[in-house]
Amino acid sequence: MIVIENLRKSFDNNQVLQGLNLTIRDGETLVIIGRSGCGKSILLKHIIGLMQPDEGKVLIDDVDIASLSRRELDQFRLKIGMVFQGAALFDSLTVEGNVGFSLYEHSDLPPEEIHRRVQEKLRMVGLQGVEDLMPSELSGGMKKRVSIARALCNDPRRILYDEPTTGLDPITADVVNNLIGQFREKLKVTSVVVTHDMISAYKIADRIAMLYQGRIIAVGEPEEIQHSKDPFVRQFILGLASGPITDGERKFFVENENGSNSLTSDSKE
Amino acid sequence: MRLSNIRKSIGFVHWLDKLGASSLHFFHEAGALSILLARTVYALLSGRLRWAHVLDQMNKIGVTSFPLVCMTSLFTGMVLALQSAYQLRYFQAVPVTADLVGLSVTRELGPVLTAMVVAGRVGAGITAELGTMKVTEQIDALSSLGVDPIRYLVVPRFLASFVMLFILAIYADFIGIFGGYVVGVLKLDIASHLYVKRTVEAMVFKDIYTGLIKAFFFGVIIATVGCYHGLNAGGGAEGVGRATTMSVVTSLILIIAFDCFFTAVFYFMF
Repeated sequence: MIVIENLRKSFDNNQVLQGLNLTIRDGETLVIIGRSGCGKSILLKHIIGLMQPDEGKVLIDDVDIASLSRRELDQFRLKIGMVFQGAALFDSLTVEGNVGFSLYEHSDLPPEEIHRRVQEKLRMVGLQGVEDLMPSELSGGMKKRVSIARALCNDPRRILYDEPTTGLDPITADVVNNLIGQFREKLKVTSVVVTHDMISAYKIADRIAMLYQGRIIAVGEPEEIQHSKDPFVRQFILGLASGPITDGERKFFVENENGSNSLTSDSKE
Repeated sequence: MRLSNIRKSIGFVHWLDKLGASSLHFFHEAGALSILLARTVYALLSGRLRWAHVLDQMNKIGVTSFPLVCMTSLFTGMVLALQSAYQLRYFQAVPVTADLVGLSVTRELGPVLTAMVVAGRVGAGITAELGTMKVTEQIDALSSLGVDPIRYLVVPRFLASFVMLFILAIYADFIGIFGGYVVGVLKLDIASHLYVKRTVEAMVFKDIYTGLIKAFFFGVIIATVGCYHGLNAGGGAEGVGRATTMSVVTSLILIIAFDCFFTAVFYFMF
């Protein structure tokens, strides 16, 4: 189980996480939704120990990851896979080098065995015959799937996905959603998915949590969130331009809109 | 601009404020660089080395810089001979050009010019490469796969940089002296054997190894500064560009500052 207690993080004077509490149960797929820049990716980076909290704790199986030494943390991270927003494949390595990276680095397996495992993981994400290609030769969807294969390579118990469907066409996005679902069913992994794609969220989530102003303001099953009465949650899931979330920004939008209108009329003249 | 704003911008408190901020920034950067250096040295001494990466970096840093270092030191040696002879002829001491070129190149110009060429060429490349990896989250991906970016990325560049700077400086010494020789013999009518004899007699072993010690430390500076700015780049392509500029500027300033420091130390100690 992953337990996040009173997590606070700020950059310069910008308080991004403001006492966030969240529990992620073993085997579930938890989707974290929220506006761009609200701190979703930062939350993921705290879970895998890429960032240190200013205050609060991240407990994974009752171990506070801030208390681990650098070496222990490296070992700990091998049990967690992470899929980055832009895939973050290593440009200088082939697909095989990327997917088998942690095996080449951390295991004494012979290259043939690593090659076999890499092929197996690539097959799991629906790719074949791409082992020798460089990341620059892959499409966006393929990069994302290679990135998922890389995260799977150590057979982790938990996988963190940072906006897995962003920038993909709807069909490829659905392929990625299906993969996330399959991993839960077949591999029994715990998944934490950060997204603002509501179609994806409803499809894959066991529970959905909404992050707003540095805190989790709602957690529940997809149906509960879908029928939530909370005005902040409703505005976000319905994708409305006006509502409590944007009230502070409305004045700016209106002024901006007027400005662009006047510009358009100027240019017409 | 309002009068109050002008008064504010030239006010004593404003300048004090800026001075304080600059000082804090300076010490922050110096501290962060030192921490990276310490962690790199620790990683270099404590873990296994990825020799394939080290050799690849040696090729990128050293072998590919060789033609540029050759040209720079050859022309510098030639110019130095011409400029020295221009003054020395008033004292009927043109053959002393050989002494002067030999000592200047080995003690100073060989290592310093090599370092400047490599800082501009390789230091910028290291920052751009690591900076791009940073903004595309490849550095985070490395950490998430349980691999320390310092061990994986910084150590091979660090080791390759100081070893290759040392070797390039030896080449630069020879080629610079050869440049002086060419001008001395072909243009200044110094006899070939006399030029060689004067060069060899003018130099003592100390002149060579103090220059090479400098080159070693310049290699440390270039790799550390290049990696530091790369690993701390942010803000997309613009951030990488800014980091690359800062890397070259910082390296050049540190090379000149440490050159002055080492020259003073060697002057008073040896």
